[in-house]
Amino acid sequence: MSAFGVWSAILVIGSVTFAYRLSFIVLFERLSVPDWLRRGLRFVPIAALSAIILPELVVRAGVLNLSPLNPRLLAGLVAMAVAVKTRNVLATIIGGMLALWLLQALLG
Amino acid sequence: MRETSPRLRELLRGAVHVAPLLLGAAPFGLIFGVTVNTAHLQPIAAQATSTLIFAGSAQLVFARLFGDGAPWLTLVLTGVLLNLRHMLYSASIAPYMQQFSRGWKWLLAYLLTDEAYAVVIGHFDALGAQAPLEKLAKHWYFFGAGSALWLVWHVSTAVGVFVGGRIPESWSLDFAVPLTFTAIVLPNLRDRAALGAALTAGLLSVLAFNLPFKLSLVAATLAGIAVGMLLDCKGRS
Repeated sequence: MSAFGVWSAILVIGSVTFAYRLSFIVLFERLSVPDWLRRGLRFVPIAALSAIILPELVVRAGVLNLSPLNPRLLAGLVAMAVAVKTRNVLATIIGGMLALWLLQALLG
Repeated sequence: MRETSPRLRELLRGAVHVAPLLLGAAPFGLIFGVTVNTAHLQPIAAQATSTLIFAGSAQLVFARLFGDGAPWLTLVLTGVLLNLRHMLYSASIAPYMQQFSRGWKWLLAYLLTDEAYAVVIGHFDALGAQAPLEKLAKHWYFFGAGSALWLVWHVSTAVGVFVGGRIPESWSLDFAVPLTFTAIVLPNLRDRAALGAALTAGLLSVLAFNLPFKLSLVAATLAGIAVGMLLDCKGRS
């Protein structure tokens, strides 16, 4: 792809992303958000992030791996347990990474 | 002796609250660098995405698709779809922003990332809809969280782009990304509707993972939101 292609793609994605961020804060500020939409909004980050998390645990290089010996799946479950128990981001990341390294060393 | 100004106090408080999430963002920048190097994306263009797009998953997918030789339209559509969630963040946080001046709204909107949203909405929700946010200097809180993330993100992507090729893949640093998201989502699964939304989105995204252009992410997210709202309505009636 040409340098123009790369830079124009970056600029278009960047402008649209900024427009999304501005949308309700600045551009449609006079529009009140209807009640059903407001209640639905709390599911947005939950759904968007869950859709990113699960494939990261069970899909590697385009292949589905549901084996109970899949280190990423097991380390992900460990991290979920830590997250529920501690509600602490740092503890969850450290717990999950340690579990992954340990499992990779044991199962790798 | 003078007391700490409320602005400085809120700036620091925001930065401290976002600090644990920085630990997840920093390796993300390094992973981005590794991807950029293997994709042979021009380093300057790669670094510019941190300023111009400023959304980790979209930047990562951009570099990966560029390396795969994807056409221009695919690059752009994927980025635009993947970032759609920011519009919903904007709608969710907008009621709290009305007290702030126009200039602050533009600045804070630019800093509205996944991480900043998660931290700031949690703090604002705890203060309540009636809180005098402007008087409490809470725009400085948002700015502290957002700019701390901006700084760490720029440093970590720069390190990644210029030395990232040397980090061995066996360290599995990319795993810090789903771990960060896990830490954000799990404590929010407090009722049946939230759990339903998370399970639907997660499972559907796995089942549809080989749809082209990462469409599985968008489809699964929409389905998860729909299921969450449906269960929410049922719980009320």
